[in-house]
Amino acid sequence: MKIHKSVIFLASAIVLSFLATLVEHRLNPYYFQIIIYIGINIVLASSLNLINGFAGQFSLGHAGFMAVGAYTSAVLTTGLFSSVNPLLNIPLFALALLCGGIVAAAFGLLVGIPSLRLKGDYLAITTLGFGEIIRVVVQNLDFLGGARGFTGIPKLSNFFWVFLTAAAVIFTISNLINSTYGKAFTAVRDDEIAAESIGISSTRVKVTAFVTGAFFAGVAGALYAHFVTYINPAQFSFLKSFEIVVMVIIGGMGSILGVIFSAVLLTILPEVLRTMAQYRMVIYSLLLIIIMITRPQGLFARRRFGKHKAILKI
Amino acid sequence: MLEIVDLEVKYGAIAALQGISLSVKPGQIVTMIGANGAGKSTLLRAVSGLVGITSGKILFDNANITNLPAHRIVGRGISHAPEGRMIFANLTVKENLEMGAYLRDDKDGIASDLERVFSLFPRLKERIHQSGGTLSGGEQQMLAVGRALMARPRMLLLDEPSLGIGPILVKAIFSTIVEINRELGMTILIVEQNAHQALKIAHYGYVVETGKIILQGPCVEIARNELVRKAYLSES
Ligand SMILES: Nc1ncnc2c1ncn2[C@@H]1O[C@H](COP(=O)(O)OP(=O)(O)OP(=O)(O)O)[C@@H](O)[C@H]1O
Ligand SMILES: [Mg+2]
Repeated sequence: MKIHKSVIFLASAIVLSFLATLVEHRLNPYYFQIIIYIGINIVLASSLNLINGFAGQFSLGHAGFMAVGAYTSAVLTTGLFSSVNPLLNIPLFALALLCGGIVAAAFGLLVGIPSLRLKGDYLAITTLGFGEIIRVVVQNLDFLGGARGFTGIPKLSNFFWVFLTAAAVIFTISNLINSTYGKAFTAVRDDEIAAESIGISSTRVKVTAFVTGAFFAGVAGALYAHFVTYINPAQFSFLKSFEIVVMVIIGGMGSILGVIFSAVLLTILPEVLRTMAQYRMVIYSLLLIIIMITRPQGLFARRRFGKHKAILKI
Repeated sequence: MLEIVDLEVKYGAIAALQGISLSVKPGQIVTMIGANGAGKSTLLRAVSGLVGITSGKILFDNANITNLPAHRIVGRGISHAPEGRMIFANLTVKENLEMGAYLRDDKDGIASDLERVFSLFPRLKERIHQSGGTLSGGEQQMLAVGRALMARPRMLLLDEPSLGIGPILVKAIFSTIVEINRELGMTILIVEQNAHQALKIAHYGYVVETGKIILQGPCVEIARNELVRKAYLSES
């Protein structure tokens, strides 16, 4: 039953994103760009929601994983893959996206295993540190363009790839959390000791959530790089990580639909507020504060999450 | 079945267990009684791998399980219902119970064990779709015991199943524990402050004080002991 539904979901996502790609060049380029950003932000926020919302860990390093994915894929498409027959562009881009995700996931494993074995909020600190280290390292690597940035990335991202990835994230997360393994996420979040006492390896559950989240952040970074065609380390600072965290909190930790909605909202809002010129960020922040005061559980929080649970662990 | 030799556990500088030796034979109910802070919960946590061991040895079915990670010990057949009914607040009663069978994949066996838990605790069946966090204290306690049973363990560790529960429900829970022992042949190690009830149902008992065993023997004998009567059965 459930499998059936999700197959339909995935198939229609493929068809729809393909159809959207056919008409995308008729769109005003400004709107085109915003819609692409919406898709990328859905991927980023949903994957972070898996870590922060469902597994109850607090990661602040999503921009770091995004950077890893962006640079990895850019190196591949501009270097190794560029001399190959252009007919192979599409499968090679898919491969580059995948590699971006895999390398980011590998970094996730490296950061996740030591910090997730410890109880407490070490993850927030190590991921914050990780994001900054990645940024500084890239800044000093000449073959990645250093602080000047990496130019000449082919513009390969389009509606098809972006929304296919978004659908893949949503598909993965909703299947995961409805499985027994996914319920183990909730169990670990509710009570780690009790979870251990019934045979759940809480470290493994947390690392799985973290690495899966890092993978999709890497893919999102790759999509981003192949849309803007120019990347530099400053684009992946901790401010970007915070932006994604805010999307998750506003949407409601652990709410799949809520987080999608808030990714859309928080991508459009700054654009709408452009007319306010210099007051833009003030109004933006005020709106966030108002939402947090009136709906502290997020716009769409799942009712299952008891109110007694602190929304933020730090 | 369970053999604990010279077990020491420290929390930083605090020595919670100072050389405890204890054994549980198959099919027995063994109880450990003691005041607040005596180290009862610590002992169970050490057996199920939830706290690290400073020194000593724990053997289960003659295999050394000292310092195995908790989730591996469950796999060996020891199931622990921790103190304070650590149930999963955001999962329903049914989901909580199903999570108890996390390491199993025999669907039919799990379904029949679920029915068995519901026949032991009919109250849980009435609340099957209610979320764990909204159950009453006593119901949560039943859920914690039921969840531990769902692992189909060979040995059950119960940490103060009577804690904070009214007298009528306490009786019901204790008679269920006896039922579990008799009908399933389950070996049970139960720690309790409610010495009265515990000594009534157990075969063998240990009395701990500040991390040391000060008395042991068949429960009938322990219940007759002058010191125990004064300190734990509040008789004069
Ligand atoms: N995580 C911990 N960190 C530090 N000290 C601890 C910790 N857990 C228990 N202790 C200490 O170890 C000692 C034994 O605690 P334990 O929980 O085993 O007692 P108990 O016999 O179960 O008591 P109660 O009947 O009140 O549950 C106590 O002095 C307690 O303060
Ligand atoms: Mg205790």
